Amino acid sequence: MAGAEQGESLAHAPSSRGDGSSRDGIDLASLLSLPLRLLMGALNAPMAWVQRRFGLAGMAAVLLAPNMIIFGIFILIPVAINVAYSVTAGSAIFFDGRTFVGAGQYDRLLTCDNYSVPATCREDAFWQGVQNTLFFVVAQVTALVLVALVTALVLNREMRTRGFWRGVFFFPVLLSPVVVGLIWKWILQRDGLLNAVLVEWGFERTLWLAERGWAMFWAIFVSIWAHLGFYALILLAGLQAIPKDLYEAAEMDGTSRTRAFWRITLPLLWPNLLVVVILALIRAVQVFDEVFVLTGGGPGTSTLFLTQYIYETGLAHVQRNLGLASAASILMGAVLVILTLLQLGAANWRERKERA
Amino acid sequence: MKTLKHLALGALALALTSTTALAAEIRIMWYSDGNEGEVLQDLLKRFEAQNPNTKVVLDTVSYNVIREQLPVQLEAGRGPDIARVTDLKPLARHWLDMRPMLKDAAYWEKNFSNTLDWMRDDGSNAIPGFMTQLTITGPLVNTTLFEQAKVPVPGEKATWDEWAAAAKKVAQSQKIPIALAMDRSAHRFIGPAISMGAKVIGPDDKPAVVDEGFKAMAQRIADWHKDGTMPREIWGGVAGTTYKGANEEFVNGQVAVYYSGSWQVGQFSQKIKDAFDWSAAPQPCGPAACSGMPGGAGLVAVKYTKAPEEVTRLMEYLASEPVVREFSERTLFLPAHQGLAEKGLDFKTNDPNVKKSLDVFLASTRTLAPVARRLQAYRWSASAIYPAVITRLGQVVAGETSLDDAYARITAEVQQKVSEAK
Repeated sequence: MAGAEQGESLAHAPSSRGDGSSRDGIDLASLLSLPLRLLMGALNAPMAWVQRRFGLAGMAAVLLAPNMIIFGIFILIPVAINVAYSVTAGSAIFFDGRTFVGAGQYDRLLTCDNYSVPATCREDAFWQGVQNTLFFVVAQVTALVLVALVTALVLNREMRTRGFWRGVFFFPVLLSPVVVGLIWKWILQRDGLLNAVLVEWGFERTLWLAERGWAMFWAIFVSIWAHLGFYALILLAGLQAIPKDLYEAAEMDGTSRTRAFWRITLPLLWPNLLVVVILALIRAVQVFDEVFVLTGGGPGTSTLFLTQYIYETGLAHVQRNLGLASAASILMGAVLVILTLLQLGAANWRERKERA
Repeated sequence: MKTLKHLALGALALALTSTTALAAEIRIMWYSDGNEGEVLQDLLKRFEAQNPNTKVVLDTVSYNVIREQLPVQLEAGRGPDIARVTDLKPLARHWLDMRPMLKDAAYWEKNFSNTLDWMRDDGSNAIPGFMTQLTITGPLVNTTLFEQAKVPVPGEKATWDEWAAAAKKVAQSQKIPIALAMDRSAHRFIGPAISMGAKVIGPDDKPAVVDEGFKAMAQRIADWHKDGTMPREIWGGVAGTTYKGANEEFVNGQVAVYYSGSWQVGQFSQKIKDAFDWSAAPQPCGPAACSGMPGGAGLVAVKYTKAPEEVTRLMEYLASEPVVREFSERTLFLPAHQGLAEKGLDFKTNDPNVKKSLDVFLASTRTLAPVARRLQAYRWSASAIYPAVITRLGQVVAGETSLDDAYARITAEVQQKVSEAK
């Protein structure tokens, strides 16, 4: 009943505002807002009916419904299908042609004599992918955050060509990952730009993408190069939000720059750093496109990451194994959920610490 | 009033019928290695002129789309009306059997009998399409480099070891980075392995991949990568089943001998022009044979088409002798049409390298080992044997695993795929 009353009062609100504006005469602002007011007026009646029907408490669900329907169709249903695939086997796409195998696919993925030696695992490529992905995540995220922080600190300083340099560092973010992979492939291949320069300077030609260690190094380097601008931008926004008077006060107190960095910059940049670390972590776990174009997962399986394993198993093989690929992607999803929970935990911990 | 209603309904029915007749649209999913898309487009225009009620749309896609996306579409009961495909056998259940609709099924049996089993299930007599080209794997040689190095190009009956030694001499003399390159593909590897004595198929018709012949060639591949005869970035450069060729390197004059296949002839002619002389060479030999592997792309009708009759008419046109002749002569492809192969072709090119190469490849088809021909129609070739072989030998080349471990993995994986498919 109370909901219905409020609904009615809402129903009358726009028209009363409309009356008010007409009393003040027609100015440009009210003329421009007229279509909006007409639209709101038209929506008023159905919204009032919805509110009467579902009550004030139900309005939140009604307003969220369109988003939740889209979320359900494009996220929840595909996840459910993925889970269903992961407990079945066969090459058919429709479930009536697939065989239920329970946890068989997970069992196949997780069967291993020694998890640190992928060759002893039944699905050795999966564990090689896990090992490579773990190494990549730790090395790439650490290096990326440090370089992004240094870049943001440099770009935050007063200098004449600051806008230009910000553009330079952000530019690779605008490139397609495939373009990034191809550009660096041309630079690093046997007769690429880098070897041409090195040979010109009297050095030996190096097969950058055919040596195991170098291939992983370049995979990490190119990935950092491609994404640095995005993370530096987030940190730059955080740096610019720190009040300047804090630094001025510290300077007046004779605080060194290093101490100001540790005591002012880093603590106040913490929320942005946390976002950067978590986003970089999630993105690193999902690494695929630019590295796939650059190294194809090679040499051997030295840059084969989990996503490529899933892609190859589910799509690229002549005998596609959708069940196994789905099980691997569910396991990878579980890792991403854990990372997200860690993010929430770290944010809560920081919040509690600040309150205390 | 009633008459008027009948008249109106009749007119509507007539309009609908005529619209349906006009609206027969056939979509072909096609990929090109060279100029074959342009040639096909010309041929299709002529078909449309002869059949004004049929519209043919040529959807040109990358080879990877055919390899990765087409099978998924087919599994979902969708896809184009006709497709150009290389992995024909594993997808055989999706092809349309045109036999009941063909005007002259005997023509197809007479002229395409050698390759029909490549695209249909074992024991089936279906006629789902025809091979647009017959390919054969074999060595392509930069003859200019051999001449400059004063090293004779190995001739017929030369062994793989002699070929590798000659290529290495040329590379050292001419200071080029790659002596011998081979496509990163199990299909390319298996021909030489058969020459070394690999049987691949056991007496019980099940895969028996790893034997002494197979090991002999695998050992050579590993050794040639170790001693620098073969470049590591091709076989060891990528992971899994990913294909990698050395086309660019050969075109740029950096490879002495490139083991690839006849499908390269057209594009090499276009790209190399008169930069250097090159030619196909006879198959290198092993103790058992001098064999490459046959193959090629087939044009097949898809059984989910809504216009099977029109699709059959189009396929009859494309498989007719004059059309196959024109297609082959203009694209520089070896025809799979047996009658035409006997009569001979006049390839439309002024490039002497092309004519010579096609003659050599044609001659190579005569030295094919029986098991090489059989493998093309064997259900486990592309679905189980090739993926395991290339993945594991690639790891050996990259230094990740030993040959013995690779043999064990290949055997286990092939067995697993066979048992999963039961």
